[in-house]
Amino acid sequence: MAIINLTINGKSKQVDVDPNTPVLWVLRDHLDLVGTKFGCGIAQCGACTIHLDGTAVRSCSLPVSSAEGAEITTIEGLSEKGDHPLQEAWIEHDVPQCGYCQAGQIMTAAALLKDNPSPSDEEIEDAMNGNICRCGTYLRIKAAVKTAAQKL
Amino acid sequence: MTTVNTKLNRRSFLKVSALAGGGMVLSFSWLAGCKPTPEETLGMPKEWFELNSYIKIGENGAVTLYSSSPEFGQNIKTSMPMILAEELDVDWKNVMVEQGNFDTNRFQRQFAGGSQSIRQGWTPLRTAGATARAMLVTAAAQTWSVPQSEITTASGILEHKGSGKKAHYGEMASLASTLEVPEKVDLKARKDFKIIGTSKKNVDVQQIITGKPLFGLDYKVEGMKYASIIHPPAFGMRLKSFDGDKAKAMPGIQDLFTIKVYNEDFVRSFFDVVTFPELLVIVGNSTWEVFQAKKEVKVEWEKAPESNFSMRGFGGGEPSTITVPEGLENTVDHRSKMEIVAKNSARVVRRDGDPESAFKKAAKVLERTYTAPYLAHNTMEPANCFANVGDEQAEIYGPTQWPEPISAALADRLGLPKDKIKINLPRMGGGFGLRAYSHHLLEAAVISQKIKAPVKMVYTREDDMSYGIYRPTYSATYRAALDENNQLLAFHVKAGGIPESPLHANRFPAGAIDNYLAEGWEIPSNITIGAFRAPRSNFIAGAEQSFLDELAEEMGKDPIEFRLELLKRAETNPVGENNDYDPKRYAGVLELVREKSNWNNPPADVHRGVSAYFCHNSYVAEVLDLKMEGSTPKVENVFAAVDCGIVVNPDAAANMGEGAIVDGIGNAFFGELGFENGAPTKRNFDQYRMIRQKEAPKNIQVHFVENNEDPTGLGEPLFPPVFAAVANALYKATGNRLYDQPFQPKLEEMSNLLM
Repeated sequence: MAIINLTINGKSKQVDVDPNTPVLWVLRDHLDLVGTKFGCGIAQCGACTIHLDGTAVRSCSLPVSSAEGAEITTIEGLSEKGDHPLQEAWIEHDVPQCGYCQAGQIMTAAALLKDNPSPSDEEIEDAMNGNICRCGTYLRIKAAVKTAAQKL
Repeated sequence: MTTVNTKLNRRSFLKVSALAGGGMVLSFSWLAGCKPTPEETLGMPKEWFELNSYIKIGENGAVTLYSSSPEFGQNIKTSMPMILAEELDVDWKNVMVEQGNFDTNRFQRQFAGGSQSIRQGWTPLRTAGATARAMLVTAAAQTWSVPQSEITTASGILEHKGSGKKAHYGEMASLASTLEVPEKVDLKARKDFKIIGTSKKNVDVQQIITGKPLFGLDYKVEGMKYASIIHPPAFGMRLKSFDGDKAKAMPGIQDLFTIKVYNEDFVRSFFDVVTFPELLVIVGNSTWEVFQAKKEVKVEWEKAPESNFSMRGFGGGEPSTITVPEGLENTVDHRSKMEIVAKNSARVVRRDGDPESAFKKAAKVLERTYTAPYLAHNTMEPANCFANVGDEQAEIYGPTQWPEPISAALADRLGLPKDKIKINLPRMGGGFGLRAYSHHLLEAAVISQKIKAPVKMVYTREDDMSYGIYRPTYSATYRAALDENNQLLAFHVKAGGIPESPLHANRFPAGAIDNYLAEGWEIPSNITIGAFRAPRSNFIAGAEQSFLDELAEEMGKDPIEFRLELLKRAETNPVGENNDYDPKRYAGVLELVREKSNWNNPPADVHRGVSAYFCHNSYVAEVLDLKMEGSTPKVENVFAAVDCGIVVNPDAAANMGEGAIVDGIGNAFFGELGFENGAPTKRNFDQYRMIRQKEAPKNIQVHFVENNEDPTGLGEPLFPPVFAAVANALYKATGNRLYDQPFQPKLEEMSNLLM
């Protein structure tokens, strides 16, 4: 066990955990930030996507020790009032079915739009290809990303 | 307007003294879209008045509607309250929705399955809404001393035009809640619907997109422990011995033990499927720590002998003995066994005319065999459950499509009366049939009882994918007899699988052909299976609709025209008496999809396939367009025509249809689970290929037939026809008919041959 200092959604947090613990489980079990989801544990489904210094990463495969000193953003911190253009576009297109993967989808899309505010269809497909939606809401996800891009 | 007798559903309208609630997050109907200003919305009332078990109204006019069925993405948490709100006659923006817990006294049919929630909830929910409205009218009539018949309602306002008196529902709710439930109430005419048929946003959408705790996996209480299980690595194996010393010594690990899931003499319900009766359990302080400790347990497994247990059938009734065979099974053996059995004589399920003679005198016989592998459901949320079992009562909170069957098993295993076991229903991260089987609720409860503490049990993805309860593997052989003029003389389907047959003998084309034979067969197995989105239909539709496509070509007919001819025959001069589809509605979706896809004038660069199917009381036809990019097929467009009666929430219904189509395309190309020595060959998404963003179609159009029929199923019916639409389009694109799912391996083989 070790004391780890983290910056999550702009706030300083301290946890006492095994340094190899993935950020996902630190968020969920130790810090009660459960918006980041567990799907596969091997960085294959994208449900656990967060931002590490603005880059989309799979938190299930990121040891907490390697996140020290970095800015972590989770779905809970993407916007103050849940009104990020992507979140508003997700509502406009009524994207979710079960909803379980959607936080990860939004976090991946947010990182994409930060780097590339007006992506082509192909660039959206490339960026979003790592996030599985078992309900099959892919068309609405793509449409919502395009709507959000127009509003940026 | 229709008058209904409320006594039909008396149980739903009993007033219960104790209001449910506490801890559950209310979901707001008005969120998003046309978000009203704070002045326009009602705040939380000081007091709620319950009009029946689905409806409570605050003194300020705010309305809470209970959604009683489990929500797994089918969006009934929005659409079922819409039905209540319609008949209650309230403004949707004043409605809040609360998930009802499992409670057989308050609610009926808390089951998400068979695409039946809206169909079976339609009249009861309308009646519940209309009953509450009638009680509010009576309260106003008594208060104002005017005849009830002179009072009108609109958007939660009661009005007596003669005297100019007006009140909102909240002002009459207190009195209304004390009144007798009327014996008869009037339901609205369809033309008066204001909410049903208009698109409303998912009531949970704001919470979903901001990461609020909604799912079972998100639930947590003070002092809660975490648990993980180890199950045998293969079907046909069981635990022999284990050494957990090293795991137990790891940080954060509290205990390691085995559990028996069911009591041995317990008579299980049809949904009490359990793959592994004994499990190893690790308990600790966090999910990660118990996951790590799992890897350090040394376990010796052994082959399990044949075993038996008692189980009741689907509809209950007398139990029968189920035998679980011994042995470590392989996909290669499954295939060869199915090939052999498919050639033997089988159980005749339906025979019309004299098919045997017709085949004997045929000038030509077309025979084709179709197969599909086992599939894993792969819900995005792995199995998990919270349980807190005490000496006197238990609380369970976990993803389940059907709490009722497992409640009996919980009572038996925990030694507690059913009414002391509270089952709360979280939003589920997918279900697709898998979560109708609630073994994980029982496992968590047994662990909690043993450690005398609240616990959350979590499966890893590998645990979830390798636990079983799969879509079975199937095979179907179709034969058609043609005379010298290429006219259809007879039709024969022989379909089976491990361990069940996918046959629906009374569905199309039964009823349309004079000489018809349908046979079924089964091969036993110890690999557990369960309902998977449109059980059996999800295979047989693809086989049948692929065969009809090839048969139409053989007969020189347009595939849509050929189906319509058969349906005309079934409509005007049906063969047999047990045909379970309406040929006119079936033809209706084919005609609609022909129009919407511009079937007769397709774009030059696409390869097109059509398919249609009836299941879960609904009719669907689909046209799918492929483009070839080099040797890789890309799905461009899918046009679907759907007849599911009245559509409650159109945009959400389209979303569900789009999802089913994407799901079908994914499974047609990639879905496959194999076995080697009893062990599943895939355990996570690095091996099990799921459809992803790039493989989804460019466009999907879902068109609903507009009619006044009561609503029927929607979550499943768009899924089964996709497989043949894909296969028939692939034939156009490649010149090859594909008979074995998934299609991707064969396509890769074909593309390698070209290179």
